Amino acid sequence: MTESGFPVLSALIFFPLLAAVGLFFLRDERTIRLYTLVVGLIEMGLAAPLFQFDLSTANFQFVEIMPWVPAWNMNYHVGVDGISILMIFLTVLLLPLCVLCSWTYIGKRIKEFHFCLLLMIGACVGIFSALDFVLFYIFWEAMLIPMFLLIAVWGGPNKRYASLKFFIYTLAGSTLFLAAIVAFFVNTGTFSIPELMTHEYAFNFQFWTFLAMALAFAIKVPMFPFHTWLPAAHVEAPTAGSVLLASILLKMGTYGFLRFCLPLTPAASEYFAPLMITISIVSILYGGVIALGQKDMKKLIAYSSVAHMGFVTLGIFVFTMRGVEGAIMQMINHGITTGALFMLVGAIYERSHSREIADNMGLGKYLPAYMFFFGLFAIASFGFPGTNGFVSEALVLIGVFEANYLLGALTIPGVMLAAAYMLRLGLKLAWGQPSQAANWKDLNTREWVYLAPLAVLVLYLGLMPTLALKTINPSVVHLLNQYETRKTLHLESSLQPEPPAQVVQLPATRGTDQ
Amino acid sequence: MIFQIELFIPELYLLTLIGGLFVLTVGPQSWWRFLRYLPLAAGVGIGVAAVSFQFSGLMFYGAYQVDALSQFFKLAIFLGLAVTCLNAMNQPTLSEEKRPDYFLFLCLSALGLMLLSSAVELVTIFLALELASYSLYALIPLRSKEPAAAEAGIKYILFGAVVTALAMYGLSYILGVHHTTYLSELATKTWSWSETPAALIGIALFLGALFYKLALFPLHFWCPDVYEGASNETAAFVATLPKLGAVVVLVRLSSLLDPSMEVTMLLAVLAAVSMTFGNLCALVQTDLKRLLGYSSVSHAGYVMLGIVAGTPAGLSAAAFYAVVYLLMNLACFWVICRLSTDGRNLKLDDLNGLYQRSPGLALVLAVSAFALVGLPPTAGFMGKLFLLNSAWMEGYHWLVIIAVLNSAIAIYYYLNLVRHAYTRDAPVNASGDVQAVPNPGLLWGGLLAAAVLWLGVAPGTIFTMAQVAGAALLP
Repeated sequence: MTESGFPVLSALIFFPLLAAVGLFFLRDERTIRLYTLVVGLIEMGLAAPLFQFDLSTANFQFVEIMPWVPAWNMNYHVGVDGISILMIFLTVLLLPLCVLCSWTYIGKRIKEFHFCLLLMIGACVGIFSALDFVLFYIFWEAMLIPMFLLIAVWGGPNKRYASLKFFIYTLAGSTLFLAAIVAFFVNTGTFSIPELMTHEYAFNFQFWTFLAMALAFAIKVPMFPFHTWLPAAHVEAPTAGSVLLASILLKMGTYGFLRFCLPLTPAASEYFAPLMITISIVSILYGGVIALGQKDMKKLIAYSSVAHMGFVTLGIFVFTMRGVEGAIMQMINHGITTGALFMLVGAIYERSHSREIADNMGLGKYLPAYMFFFGLFAIASFGFPGTNGFVSEALVLIGVFEANYLLGALTIPGVMLAAAYMLRLGLKLAWGQPSQAANWKDLNTREWVYLAPLAVLVLYLGLMPTLALKTINPSVVHLLNQYETRKTLHLESSLQPEPPAQVVQLPATRGTDQ
Repeated sequence: MIFQIELFIPELYLLTLIGGLFVLTVGPQSWWRFLRYLPLAAGVGIGVAAVSFQFSGLMFYGAYQVDALSQFFKLAIFLGLAVTCLNAMNQPTLSEEKRPDYFLFLCLSALGLMLLSSAVELVTIFLALELASYSLYALIPLRSKEPAAAEAGIKYILFGAVVTALAMYGLSYILGVHHTTYLSELATKTWSWSETPAALIGIALFLGALFYKLALFPLHFWCPDVYEGASNETAAFVATLPKLGAVVVLVRLSSLLDPSMEVTMLLAVLAAVSMTFGNLCALVQTDLKRLLGYSSVSHAGYVMLGIVAGTPAGLSAAAFYAVVYLLMNLACFWVICRLSTDGRNLKLDDLNGLYQRSPGLALVLAVSAFALVGLPPTAGFMGKLFLLNSAWMEGYHWLVIIAVLNSAIAIYYYLNLVRHAYTRDAPVNASGDVQAVPNPGLLWGGLLAAAVLWLGVAPGTIFTMAQVAGAALLP
């Protein structure tokens, strides 16, 4: 069934789901939290075989395949490459951290909360490892249910509005994605993603399937103007919900662009690249400007996510090696830093019962450890050299400049805006007056435990990004080679007599770049 | 006339049950205690239908065909009957003296549907359809002290009578033009508007009767009113089993008629309108049964995707979806019946805080609602995926797009059920405690929900059965 013998990916997907059933037999609150924490640690242990990942190849590894619905040629097919393996590591790491940061934050329906967390993690690993289109879609949609409940049940005062908006936006967006999946199947007779990547598709077909998929992904990212669900969802979600939203859920959209749009619809990706780049730059600038004016810490970080994710989509759609590598690094780094920032907001909310910046000022004197972590994650967030954010933003910017100087120049204000809103927030939190922080306690051991691993990762990826880059490099090289070849093939074929109408337009639009 | 007893085993078994029930209706009240074994007996019927799966052949001068399709549906009908009987055991609005009669009619209707699944001749189809309907005419008004029940009964009878007349009228046109009522012979005839317009009108009118049962637009208008007026338990039956019967006949008709004939485009348009209209109307409903009524109008549209495709893949997808629909709708009605302890109609607000009052029922409701939306990993998703695949394969791209956009609309009102159950606070009684829901039979609801999830994760077995059934029709 699997090359390595041990079905590591299936174990990572199904262990949390099975462990979730075990929660029904527990009653005591503390036992439930401890149980989920242990499950999280075991899950991390189960991921250990993934360290045998072969860095020299772009092939899918740890592949498992089993017939599922033979009548429709559906298989249970999972595997990882350099693009997905890091996301799986991040997902697995977040489970115990989310349990820890919710230890005192969540006070009601404890069992169900942890049940939802475990379902989320299982589904998220499934998303990043699925190699069958239907399997991917199942995980993609299935994780909406626990996320909806996390916001709707354990959220803030406007939880009903926020959860409904989140659910309807994201689900409505992905309904057309389902139509695209069906179209691919009917065109090729397979749902296997690696097999679909080997097929050639007519431009007209690519055009519509790209649009259907891109809508689903753009909502999930979220790209401007499909971002409005995000601040509401982030603000109302409990800390663990915000962390999972920022760290994993948003990455599903950009992962979709990388996994499906570029390999399956290269010509349409090329055709729509100017639009996607424009939207990405607007997202970066818009997110930055709006974040600058926020008074609520969570909203500020939520809008900063719109800007940061704009860097990811920008990096993807410039189609340069550094751009795409930077985009993938940014996916990981944003997951780490923004997740950590949301944890810090949750920690201070437990002390002040407010997310307003004005109510949480003057922490530098009374909560130095807190401010240390906040400062570290804030500078990582705006890409300070030595932190992980710098590596990814620099790579994206180099990639963008390689593609086009004007685009690079347009992106630079976004970087400055990020520094402005993060430093403004950091300054106010550290030295703002009047301070109510005198009576608050600094970080306790539990808070240290869940923040320290993320801080180590920030510095490790900032100072020594080589291993991560080596992991993603073969897959990115393969992705771009495949993209270039098939785009060229398409352009050559478009020179044949009587091509479809849209194919004729393509060289006129982008052909001058060749 | 050939009669092979082994081909008729499921029907004979159900006839025996009906005979037993008839004896109960005329016998002393002390015998009524045997009624409690009826769900078990119907459950045994599932096994009987499964055993007779291997048989196939023609009977009654070729009017009655036993094949994989009919046996598949007979199995599903027994399953539905067992669940609805179990559901209706403690019906609060049913007066005690009518209980044996109630179950007698329920089983008679199921027998009609069972005959329908094997009928391959128009008059036989018509008679089977009427047998299934007549029993329901008697069942729907059986809700004592409820004026809406009488209204619902009258509506169902009157509209049903009109549709019967139309079907007969259509049948006469077909017979007049093609001189046969056997589907196998009709399949060889011309169904073109330019050559035999009268036959085409005839088949359209005949199809009307099936659309009425299926509650497909524009013959859907009875559906929300009848659901609302009938008791919860009766509505659970009306909402599920007759739909199976309608689907099986549509599958037979579409497999025997040329898929390229003009009428299929008309069916595709009706499917699209039905989906959209049903969903838009459901958006504003607050009464749960009306909501499910309009949702069934939209689901009728979904099933039509497979019928319109007309291929083995499409027909098996339609058959699979019909069974999935049976399960998820029964699960939803199961919760409604358990919640409505006094038999009244439930509003959306009655679901408030269901999670606190009965976590088990809330979970069953959530699973069935998400299945009805078509959300993974439920059977509803798999069913829709198969339907979409089959329709897209035949070039109905626009219909597939409309179907997926309709799923997006449907999210709102199905999600509303889950929102009320999980995010609203439960009503409290005078002492400040949450009003708990007595939930006997939660196990069965749980089993239904588990089946819905199981068919979503592993649809292979049932879909293969549906595929065998679909493939048998089209060589």
